[in-house]
Formats: sequence, structure tokens, C-alpha cells
Amino acid sequence: MAKPLPPFQSFLDEHRTPVLSFLRSMVGPDDADDCFQETFIAAMRSYHRLDGQHPRAWVMTIARNKAIDHHRARARRPEPRERLPEQPTHDRTAADRNPGLWTAVGELPPKQRAAVALRFVADLSYADLARALECSEEAARRSVHEGLKRLRADERAIAREAA
Amino acid sequence: MSESRTAAIERELRAGAPAAPEAEAAEAAARLARRADDEGLVEVAYTTFDAPIGTMLVATTERGLLRVGLPTETWDGVLTRISAAVSPLVLELPRRTDAARRELEQYFEGKRREFDLPLDWRLAQGEFTRRLLRDLDRVPYGEVITYSEAARRAGSPRAHRAAGNALGSNPIPVVVPCHRVIRAGNVLGNYGGGPELKRYLLEHEGWYD
Repeated sequence: MAKPLPPFQSFLDEHRTPVLSFLRSMVGPDDADDCFQETFIAAMRSYHRLDGQHPRAWVMTIARNKAIDHHRARARRPEPRERLPEQPTHDRTAADRNPGLWTAVGELPPKQRAAVALRFVADLSYADLARALECSEEAARRSVHEGLKRLRADERAIAREAA
Repeated sequence: MSESRTAAIERELRAGAPAAPEAEAAEAAARLARRADDEGLVEVAYTTFDAPIGTMLVATTERGLLRVGLPTETWDGVLTRISAAVSPLVLELPRRTDAARRELEQYFEGKRREFDLPLDWRLAQGEFTRRLLRDLDRVPYGEVITYSEAARRAGSPRAHRAAGNALGSNPIPVVVPCHRVIRAGNVLGNYGGGPELKRYLLEHEGWYD
């Protein structure tokens, strides 16, 4: 028999910080809260379908989809368009540490950006990362690897080291 | 060379990750609870608050007051049980529990003798238990009956032991006054929140053994 679901409040308490962190690195701090709300409202609506096996990967899948929806909505707007992947977060501490790195992360292709953020910001295992990205573990590793390779080639990402 | 650069980038990513501070995530979660409530998604709303007897919990549903938690209980256990028995869509949402909290506060301040709250009996298991607990609203503030009397009123005069178990499982203590049921000879007997709390509540209501 399936394990009973924990109260939604426990689920929310357990995942709220990594989800908000992940969304900040995907859409920036100003829009992260909207995406956070959309993510957990959607999670609540389909909570009965979570079998309790991989809750972190499950909620990150929803969060990633909300971030993608957000980018699409922004891209449809008539305002002067920047590149499709929006500027990433400039969280004060991260920006202080290494602003160039996070700018470079924000300019990665969406899948690589999600992979890098889920791996290093939300600290997912590769197994959970594969579930969250809805791909094979090998493909998930490849996305992280490709993302890192681009970052390594990006001079801004190592500005701090050079300094 | 390039491997060490990758390692350096990984280190920077982890250390400089734009982590959401815990306090901001908590605020976002509280906003989420209110929005979920506006959208009608919250099945069980609860809050904890400080009472003279210690920290208490109240949980309500659309039907009414579902659960009162006493200081001796663990909230994890209480909420897990609610999640399994009623609905997992449980959120901390103080505004939905205001009425119950206010009436309990008035009771502890000595300003209220009867509760005027709709009750959700879904956590009271079994016909006998429900009958017995529902009947307690006929035991007024400051008065007591015995376990045998409670059993008799519920229609099973010899079931005083079962009556003890039923009272001990009361999901809505204080409001449903199982503390007003004592043993023969003015012996207080057991209480879910501990015998000292039973004595405290009865003395608070002006009853002296």
C-alpha cells in the first residue's frame, strides 16, 4: 500500500528554500516569487498524484516548467526583447562573490541553465536531476557537463579567479 | 589546467549560489497559504498559539473545528494523523482558525463557559465514541460525571472501560469537555494532556474535589 502523503505544510516547509533558490537562478529575484506561487499552487492541485517517492524531483519538475512558462510569457511581450533567457538573479551575496559567473549562467541555453542550477543551487543528485529534467541520467549529466564547459570558456565566469 | 578551472567554477557555483534566505522562503510560503485558501485548495487550516497551559494547536475544516492539540502532543504526529484521516491538503493558516482560537483564549481568561463553534467529528472513531463525546455538551462548566455515567448516557451502561478509551481519544479536548468525566469517589483519573492538566481545567472551572 502506498505510504500516506505527509501534510502539505511539511512538503512546503521541506522544499520551499531550494525551490525559491532554483527559481531565482532561473528567472531572477523579482519574478521568482510569482513562479514560486505558481509552482506550489500547481503542486497542491496535483499533490494526490505524488506517490511520495521522489518529492524533490517532482516539485523541481513543476518549478522548471513554471520558469519556462515565465520565459515564454516574457518573450511574447512587445517590449524591447533581450535574449530569450532572461538575465539571471543578482542575489546580493552571489553578485558580491562573483557577478560575472551568474550572468554567464543566466545566458546558458535553458536546459543547461536548469541543469546547472538544479545541480549546484538546489543540490539535486543526478538521479533526481534526471527526473526533474524528465530525461535520462546520462542526458542530465551531459547537460551539466555542457553547461560547465560553456562557463569554463566564458571569461566572466572566472573573473574572480583572475582578480 | 582546464579540469581545475571546472572545479573552481563548480566551487563558485555552490558557494555563490543565489540561495533564497530561509526567512524569504518562509514569507513566500505564508503568501502561498493565503493564496491557496483564496483558491479554495486548503482542506485543513491550522495554527499554534500560546495558552496559559502551554502551546496549543487548533485545526479547522469547512465543517468546523476538527482538532485541538494539547501541549503534551507533538504537532508532527497530530498533522500526520489529520493528513491520513481527513486530507493531506493541510496548511498553517491562522486567519481560518481565528474563531476557535479566540473562544479558547476567552475560556482560559474565564470569560467563556460554553463554546459556540461548529465541530467536525471526522477524527472521532466509531459510533460509541462519537455518541459519548457529543453527549458531553450536556455536562455544564464546573460540573463532572463519572465514567460509568458517561457510558450509560452513550447507551452502554457497563462499558465504563470503553468510555475511558473513548474519552482518551477525544480529538477536540477542552472544547469537548472530556476533562469533566472522572472516576467514582471524586478520583480524577486519566487525561490525554496529563492528570495535572485535568486538575488545572477543573479548578479553573471552579470544581474542587
